[in-house]
Amino acid sequence: MKRLILWIPLAVFAAFLLVVAFGLQRPPEAALPSKMIGKPVPDFALPAALPGREGLSSAGLATGSPRVVNIFASWCVPCIAESPYLLQLEERGVPIDAIAIRDKPEDIARFLERHGDPYARIGADRDSSVQLALGSAGVPETFVIDGRGVIRYQHIGGIGPAQVEELARAYEAAR
Amino acid sequence: MIAEAGLAALWIAAALSLLQLALGGAALRGAALDHAVRPVSVVQGVVAAFSFGCLVLLFLRTDLSVLLVAQNSHSAKPWLYKFAGTWGNHEGSMLLWVTVLALAGAAVALFERKVAERTLIATLAAQAAIALGFYAFLLFASNPFARLNPAPPEGAGLNPLLQDPGLAFHPPTLYFGYVGISVAFSFAVGALLTRDVGPAFARAMRPWVLAAWTLLTIGITAGSYWAYYELGWGGWWFWDPVENASLMPWLAATALLHSVTVLATRDGLRAWTLMLAVVAFSMSMVGTFLVRSGILTSVHSFAVDPGRGAFILALLGLYIGGALLLFALRVGTVREGATFEPVSREGALVANNLLLSAILGIVFVGTLYPLAVEAVTGEKLSVGPPYFNSATGPLALLLVLILGAGPLIRWRRDRLAAVARRMAVPLVLSVLVCLAFLLFAPGIGILPLLGLMLAVGIGVASLAPLWGRNLRRTPLFTWGMVIAHFGVAVSLGGMASEGAFTQERLAAVRPGEPVRVGPYTVRLRSVDPIAGPNWTAMEGQLLVEGRGSAFTLGPQARTFTAPPTETSEAAIATRIDGQLYTVLGRQNEDGRWQLRLWWKPFVTLIWFGGGLIALGGLLSLIGRVRREGRAKEALA
Repeated sequence: MKRLILWIPLAVFAAFLLVVAFGLQRPPEAALPSKMIGKPVPDFALPAALPGREGLSSAGLATGSPRVVNIFASWCVPCIAESPYLLQLEERGVPIDAIAIRDKPEDIARFLERHGDPYARIGADRDSSVQLALGSAGVPETFVIDGRGVIRYQHIGGIGPAQVEELARAYEAAR
Repeated sequence: MIAEAGLAALWIAAALSLLQLALGGAALRGAALDHAVRPVSVVQGVVAAFSFGCLVLLFLRTDLSVLLVAQNSHSAKPWLYKFAGTWGNHEGSMLLWVTVLALAGAAVALFERKVAERTLIATLAAQAAIALGFYAFLLFASNPFARLNPAPPEGAGLNPLLQDPGLAFHPPTLYFGYVGISVAFSFAVGALLTRDVGPAFARAMRPWVLAAWTLLTIGITAGSYWAYYELGWGGWWFWDPVENASLMPWLAATALLHSVTVLATRDGLRAWTLMLAVVAFSMSMVGTFLVRSGILTSVHSFAVDPGRGAFILALLGLYIGGALLLFALRVGTVREGATFEPVSREGALVANNLLLSAILGIVFVGTLYPLAVEAVTGEKLSVGPPYFNSATGPLALLLVLILGAGPLIRWRRDRLAAVARRMAVPLVLSVLVCLAFLLFAPGIGILPLLGLMLAVGIGVASLAPLWGRNLRRTPLFTWGMVIAHFGVAVSLGGMASEGAFTQERLAAVRPGEPVRVGPYTVRLRSVDPIAGPNWTAMEGQLLVEGRGSAFTLGPQARTFTAPPTETSEAAIATRIDGQLYTVLGRQNEDGRWQLRLWWKPFVTLIWFGGGLIALGGLLSLIGRVRREGRAKEALA
């Protein structure tokens, strides 16, 4: 009996090794992939965020060619950081639409004036309802939507140089 | 050149550790080589330190042709962060880890004169075996000296959260404690190999345990304060896996510190002391593995690489598994130690050990449970403070109670009634404190209430061993024990006071609107944008009035550009009886700003107590070393 007790620490340690070895062979980036990928964009129709510009609707996204949709706001600091990279993406010929979250027209106009305007259309989502329906939790986020209106890619957080490449690839793949 | 010299030194150190292991093994089998083991250990330590010095130099000079420097440094950084950047990354911190290991071995070889020669050689061989594995890990899986060709024009910078003077010196302190405890592990393995476990062995091991434990205490205390002011959540302990990784070796080392005293004084608890010595450093290695493999998600992890994780896991299996196997096979042949009555100093120390081990088990299970659940059911979950607090809290309080009584109980055998009489004053005080709080501050939780009454009672009881003694002739290690125990009571008082009396205000305010918290009225004057070297921030100007004085605080919401991260820089005003802790949040749609304000009475006692505990450890260490030195002179 006493002899058996002496083996307990080793047994506990062996169990630890088993559990941990399991944990190691788990995929390293265990971030949950978006549940929205592969699903059609939910129905919505947003009014124009700026006078004289076009708004954004789900029907307007299923027009035969893919588009990038960026969720942003003038009050969001990381959105300022990602603005040059969105401009880069636009210069490479990727069409970008936007959804402005809880924002005012004059603030949006000032933001675009100061940080550049890569957007074709901007819808105003005053109560975040479309943002939530899209499965987006925060600002900024960026989606790639194919020509049939199906979500192909979602990036959570600001865009940097690496994401410009990723988004361009996802855009090409969706064509 | 410097990088090549550093890499060469690392290879040489690895070769020396292999030589040290081989010499030790041969000497134990009877070859006349024992005189060679000590010098080789010392040289191994020096060569490893040289290699680390090379890496420090590369960082100070921002040599961008070295991959590690290019990835983690930047020529425009202040020199302090260039220096600290050496260990602010995976490879550098592992090199520091193994350097500390080698230096600890060298220190044993240089200064240890009390333990039996054969046990010492076995100890140094075990230390070399551990070092060898981690050298291999560096050389084959994490080379810090890899070159980058062509060299980039500029480096990538350091994680903004790590750019803080407090954090710059946090890892080295923690590592010296964390890895220093390897000496106890090697001592235990050495003693198991030679079957020589007794008071002399315990007296030889004790100063090493004390030194490592003291540094670990400082590291944990400082880390807790860093998280408190840097993360901006107003908490001082988050039960984050990385915090637990440093707490677990500390719990085991604390238990070891007390059981080794029983072994040194009364020749009891032989097997148990060896077990704790093995467990303490095993917890350090497990902690290193958990942090370095990124297997548990945490606010701290900054090196996620499953390949490296597998390598460290293999080393863990080899060393911990090997030591536990040796324990299971050998400890039965170690002679039983002396026995004792349940009511005795030994009995109290055993209770201390069991409680510490139980807390260790709870923390261990809580840290790994999410992983185990995912392995079985595939579900992700997290175990948070509710589990840890409610499971460890009552045990910790019981432990503090025993801490108060233990030093007042005689060795070998004592009478319960006599112990109760010695504890009478502290116990009565505790009850009075309890009644006072029930009367004047009803509605505080049961754990904080018990914490407060124990803090006062045990604070007094911990000073009782000095009662009636000539204070100038009291040995330094007795002072050390008293101060460390008093520190526990002080820290507990801070925790309980923070838990019971903290006032929190979450408000959305316009400039000029007053918010009351504790004794203060806080007004937001303005919010201004400011820019730092690699961040922008909104800084709130808070005008604080109360107790006949007025001052301003400037909490910031910072946004770093690369990588894009938002951090909040809390602004804290420290007073003798507490801290005002302020955090600026986001701006609401209607233009109001979110403010989080806390008044935390006596919260600073938590870290002040931690400092006292470490001071007690240091005094004990000095006292023990001086007494042994004097004993040796008397013999000569």
